[in-house]
Amino acid sequence: MVGLHKSEFKNPVINWIDTRMPVFTMMQKEYGSFPTPKNFNYFWNFGALAMVNLVLMIATGVFLAMNYAPNSAIAFDSVEHIMRDVNWGWLIRYAHMNGASMFFIVVYVHLFRGLYYGSYKTPRELLWMLGVVILLLMMATAFMGYVLPWGQMSYWGATVITNLFSAIPLVGKSIVTWLWGGFAVGNPTLNRFFSLHYLLPFVIVGVVFLHVVALHITGSNNPLGIEVKSPQDTIPFHPYYTIKDSVGICVFFIVLAALVFFAPNFFASPDNYIPANPLQTPAEIVPEWYFLPFYAILRSVPNKLGGVVMMFGAIAVLFVLPWLDTSPVRSARFRPIYRQLFWLLVVSVFALGAVGAHRPQGIWVVIGRLATLYYFLHFLVILPILGKLERPLPLPESISRPVLGGGPMPGGSTAKPMEKA
Amino acid sequence: MRGLKFLSLTVAAAAVAATFPAAAQSGDKAEAKAPVHEISTADIPVPPLPHVDWSFNGPFGTFDRASAQRGFLIYQQVCSNCHSMDQLYYRNLEGIGLSEDQVKAIAASVQVPGGVNDQGQPIERPGRPSDHFKAPFPNEEAARAANGGAYPPDQSVLELAREGGPDYLYAILTGYADPPPGVKMMSGMNYNTYFPGHQIAMPQPLQEGSVQYTDGVKPTLDQEAKDVVTFLTWAANPEMEERKQTGVRVILFLVFLTGVTYAVKRRVWSDLH
Repeated sequence: MVGLHKSEFKNPVINWIDTRMPVFTMMQKEYGSFPTPKNFNYFWNFGALAMVNLVLMIATGVFLAMNYAPNSAIAFDSVEHIMRDVNWGWLIRYAHMNGASMFFIVVYVHLFRGLYYGSYKTPRELLWMLGVVILLLMMATAFMGYVLPWGQMSYWGATVITNLFSAIPLVGKSIVTWLWGGFAVGNPTLNRFFSLHYLLPFVIVGVVFLHVVALHITGSNNPLGIEVKSPQDTIPFHPYYTIKDSVGICVFFIVLAALVFFAPNFFASPDNYIPANPLQTPAEIVPEWYFLPFYAILRSVPNKLGGVVMMFGAIAVLFVLPWLDTSPVRSARFRPIYRQLFWLLVVSVFALGAVGAHRPQGIWVVIGRLATLYYFLHFLVILPILGKLERPLPLPESISRPVLGGGPMPGGSTAKPMEKA
Repeated sequence: MRGLKFLSLTVAAAAVAATFPAAAQSGDKAEAKAPVHEISTADIPVPPLPHVDWSFNGPFGTFDRASAQRGFLIYQQVCSNCHSMDQLYYRNLEGIGLSEDQVKAIAASVQVPGGVNDQGQPIERPGRPSDHFKAPFPNEEAARAANGGAYPPDQSVLELAREGGPDYLYAILTGYADPPPGVKMMSGMNYNTYFPGHQIAMPQPLQEGSVQYTDGVKPTLDQEAKDVVTFLTWAANPEMEERKQTGVRVILFLVFLTGVTYAVKRRVWSDLH
C-alpha cells in the first residue's frame, strides 16, 4: 500500500515523521492503547522482565567485550583485568554474570506461567513455539558465554557438551572436530564461541520481536484462560500495565543488586577461578545451575546417544506441546487434575536439578530416572489423555465479571462448561 | 602429578564424606576380627570447616587493614617463596593501607626484567609500583622441580577458587597434624585434616613465630593464619569494600523506588475498582 499516513499527533515534528513513517502511531497502538485483559496477576510481569534482562545483558556485554581478549593465552587474565583495573569493571562483569542467572530464573518462571495458564493453546501456538526457540538460543548463548573466562569449568564444560555431538552415528566425530576447529577444545574454539556469543543475543532480539508481533496478533492470555469478549474485559496497556510492570522491574533489580553487590559468586563454581588446564580434569564437571535438569536427564539414560536424544527431546516436547495437550480449557484454575499434575511436574524438574548437581550414584540415579520418566510421561502420555478424561470446572462468563465482582448473577447457569477456543 | 592434589578439591571431599559412614562401619567390624588394616587417607572423613568471624563478613564488612598488612608480611616472607600472585600490581597494596612511599620501597626491593640495553642484552631494574608482583619461579616446570613435582597454585584468586573460601584457607593452614595411626602416607606428602584426601604436598607453612610482627601482635599460628587469609581475601576481591558500600546505597534507593512505584500503581489502578 502506497500513500502517506494520516497522523493524529499534534507535535509538528512527530507528525511530520509519523506521516512518512508511522512508528509513533504504531507504538501508540501496540504499547499505549493496546487493549489488554484487565485481570493479569504479577506472573504476567515476567515477559517484560525478560525483555529488560535481555537489554541489561547486551548493554553489559558490549562493555565487557571492549576489555575482554578472546585468546586462550590471556582470556583468564583479561577477565581479572576487567575485575581489577577497568573502572567499574567488577560491577559490569558481576552484573553480566548474575544477569545470566536472573535471565534464566525469569524465563523459567515465564515458561511455567505459560504451562499453568495454558498460554500455549490455540491460537497462541506459534507465539509459544517462538518462545521455545528463544529458550534454545538463550541456552546456546549462555553455554558459550560460560566458556569465555577460560577457567577450568569453562574448558571442561565445553569439552563435555561439545563431545555430546560425537554420539551422532557416523558423522559425530567429524562434527565435533568441526565445532572445535581442531582436535581438542582450544584457541579456535574460544574465538568462535566469542564471536557467536556476541552474535546470538541479536538473533534473540530478532526472535523476541517476532514473539511480540505474534503476541499482539492473538492478544495476551490471562489467568482465567478465557478469551476477551468485550471492551469491558480490557484496559489500555498504558498506564495500567506499564506501571504494574514497573513495580516488577524494581523488585527484579533489588534481587539482582543483592546478588551483584553482596553475593556475586553465589551461582558460580569455585573451579572457574582456576585457569583452564587441558591436562587436569576437575574432580567433577558440573554445568551452570540452569542446565542441571537437562544434565540430569542426559545422565539418567545409560546410553550416550539415548541420553543426548532425551536431553534435546526435553525441549522438543515443549515445541509440540500445543498439540499434545488435548484439553480446550486453558487455565489450570479450571482443571482440577491438571493443576495437581502441573505441580508434580514442577517437583520433578526441581528434583532433576538436584540430581544434576550430585554424582550419579546411589539414590540420585533412582530419583533421576523417576523424575525423567515423569517429565516425559507428563507431556507425551498424560496430557493427551487427560484432556479427554478430565471434567473441567465451569468457566466464568467473562473476564470482567469475576474482576468487578459483577452484579447479582442471572438465574440459571450462565457459565459455560467448556470453551472451544 | 602430585600437583593434581592442589587443584582437585571440592567434590572429592563430598564423596569421601558421603562414603565414609559405610567405610567406618565395615572397618569396625573388620577390626573386631582381624588386626588393623592399613587405612587409606581417602576413607578418613573431612570435618566441617571452622567458621571464622572475619572482619570482611556481612554486608557492612571491611578488611581489617592491620591484619591484611600483617598478612602481606607473611606472604612476603613465607608464601612468596613458592606461590606467585600474578594478577596483583605493587600499586594495589595501597588498598590495604600502605603509603605510596612504602609501596615504592616494597616494589624496589625486587629486580624485574627491564628490557634490553644498548647492546641488545637483557637487563634487570628495580621494581616499580606499576609492576606485577614478581613470581618466585620463571615457569611451571621450574616451580615443580623445586617442589618435589607439586605446582604451588597462583594465589591471586585462590580465595575464590576454593569451596569455603577464607574458612577453607584458614582450615588448611591450621589443619596440619600427625597422620592417625595405621595411615600410610605417600612419600613427600603431609597429613592435613581439612585437605580432600588428607595428603597435601605443601609442608606446614606457618608455625607459631614464623614471622616477627612489628606491631606487638603475638604471632601465634591462629593469628598468622587469620592475617594471611585476610590478605588473600583482599587480594582476590580488592573491590569488595566499594562493592558492598555501593550495594547498600543502591538497594536503599531501589527499595525507595519500589515503594514509590507501587504507590503510583495503586493510584493508577484505583479508578478501575
